[in-house]
Amino acid sequence: MMAKLLKNREILLVVAIIALVALIALRFPAFVTPASFARVYNDTSILIILALGQMAVILTRCIDLSMAANLALSGMVAAMLNTAFPGLPIPFIILTAMALGGLLGMVNGTLVWKLNIPPIVVTLGTLTIYRGLIFLLTDGKWINAHEMSDAFKALPRLGLAGVPVLSWLSLLMIALMFLVMGRTPLGRAFYAVGGNPHAAVYTGIDVGRTRFFAYCLSGTLAGLSGYLWVSRYAVAYVDIAAGFELDIIAACVIGGISIAGGIGSVAGAVLGALFLGVIKNALPVINISPFAQMAISGTVIIIAVAVNARAEKRKGRVILRKAEAV
Amino acid sequence: MKILKSLMVTAAVAVALMANAAHAENKKIALVVKALGIGFFEAANKGAQEAAKELGDVEVIYTGPTSTTAEGQIEVINSLIAQKVDAIAVSANDTDALVPALKKAMDRGIKVISWDSGVAKEGRLMHLNPSSSPLIGNMIIKLAADNLPEGGDVAVLSASATATNQNTWIAEMKKVQGNYKGINVVTTVYGDDLADKSYRETQGLIQSYPNLKAIIAPTSVGIVAAAQAVTDAGKIGQINVTGLGLPSEMAGHVKSGASKSFAIWNPIDLGYSATMIAYDLIGGAEAKPGAELKMGRMGTVKLDDNNEGAMADPFVYDASNVEEFAKIF
Repeated sequence: MMAKLLKNREILLVVAIIALVALIALRFPAFVTPASFARVYNDTSILIILALGQMAVILTRCIDLSMAANLALSGMVAAMLNTAFPGLPIPFIILTAMALGGLLGMVNGTLVWKLNIPPIVVTLGTLTIYRGLIFLLTDGKWINAHEMSDAFKALPRLGLAGVPVLSWLSLLMIALMFLVMGRTPLGRAFYAVGGNPHAAVYTGIDVGRTRFFAYCLSGTLAGLSGYLWVSRYAVAYVDIAAGFELDIIAACVIGGISIAGGIGSVAGAVLGALFLGVIKNALPVINISPFAQMAISGTVIIIAVAVNARAEKRKGRVILRKAEAV
Repeated sequence: MKILKSLMVTAAVAVALMANAAHAENKKIALVVKALGIGFFEAANKGAQEAAKELGDVEVIYTGPTSTTAEGQIEVINSLIAQKVDAIAVSANDTDALVPALKKAMDRGIKVISWDSGVAKEGRLMHLNPSSSPLIGNMIIKLAADNLPEGGDVAVLSASATATNQNTWIAEMKKVQGNYKGINVVTTVYGDDLADKSYRETQGLIQSYPNLKAIIAPTSVGIVAAAQAVTDAGKIGQINVTGLGLPSEMAGHVKSGASKSFAIWNPIDLGYSATMIAYDLIGGAEAKPGAELKMGRMGTVKLDDNNEGAMADPFVYDASNVEEFAKIF
């Protein structure tokens, strides 16, 4: 029954995306071409990677508001490394950005685990700290396109079988997360901790430690996204991806990942991100006022969440009724 | 830090005094900047020195605090009053905080003007703006038109829909649009000064307007993002990205050809003009609404009701000079 409902929700989202695309096609038919879809997917890749990390954290009943700031800091450090040592191989820079992102995630995780501070407070604090660190590192200066090496900027754009590396990387992350969530003890522990922390303890799962690992995961993915972001837009400064944490969380919520923890799937996070990606890419071409654009984005998100919330509520009632009957 | 700062100010004063002894007859004009060691202001100093050389009997004292604080500037101004300089031209760290110190200076007969970043009306004789909204509005469409002798579709990529600066410039641009034959402004889109949104809006423009010839982005975040999006779409040579940006941020995109030219103030001209105006005021010119003050090779500046004036058109940067200015700011 539960599996069926979950499946339903994702199918619902797919239907919603198709309906959305059909609506857009009415105003801008060129939106519905393979090339256009490939571009939208490529543009959404970074959001997908981030949403996957956020999903793991939200599953454990936590939240990571610092992802965008983490992305900005890791991206800035990657750009600075590249400017200072243009000879450094790009894979090394990517690994450094991921390691730094992971480290920043570890800070969040440790504070949540060892000091028992509410996750929203911890990550709200580190959000400002990470942004502040970028300013301290750079004095507010920008790193610009001509200061980055060509290889640094080229990687995400490189075509492999006609698809940019950026898209391939997000596909790879989706596959990896699919394995982690479904086939590893850690992935199952995320669900257990969020679903029922007390029960999780009795099955031998360390709740704090699991949350710590969720933050490490989201941090590492934010670090990877940091490099991707900076090389894609070929610019790094304090405010990059400002406010993006809200998009990440919105993607998860639209994707049916319950803020209360324990419910959600990789497919949901990906679809949620894609839903937002379609809106973001369609709004510029359907030629409507910027103020209406904001209102449309907001309305669509609320509708999506409302539908999800209803789906969740129904499921909760069913379980309760069963429990009463026993 | 405090001690270091006072030491530096003392040293600056000492140096100035020594220089003073050497040329007692020279007029002393102090160029007070937001902080020492900033490329933009070093360039302004270069212009001020140029003006001093041209005038002959002027000595420019280039000074400022070590960090961009109003307190630091007040200290510097007080020491300049003690040195009995003839004029102070200041780019202020705070509109109001400097007013008492500058009033004191004016009471002692020192001519005080502000430039770049102004002080409140009662704290200065006049303020020199680098440019004005009509001049900027005209310049951004001129930049696009200059590279389109046969005309064509042009789109505007602004910051947010509520950004006052950008809206004023775009409105001014639309007023003079008729002067540029064949230039057809098709739409204005808003990138909210976010790199990703500006990039996406540019992609949208490229798709929606296949005949688009130029994108005007009067915002430093937008122009860089638009240039990158045009590069990634393989449209270099077809779509020219122009507008307002900083040379250090745009150098790469000018080199790649995504942007043929863009504009922003020229700090050298600004320092030059501020010094020239200060000299004119020392020479007896009066700063009042409607007055015209001399700025040497930059012509004259006419003051408005607030005793403010605009120096000139924004300065155009292209492949010939962007590298040189990229080192400055």
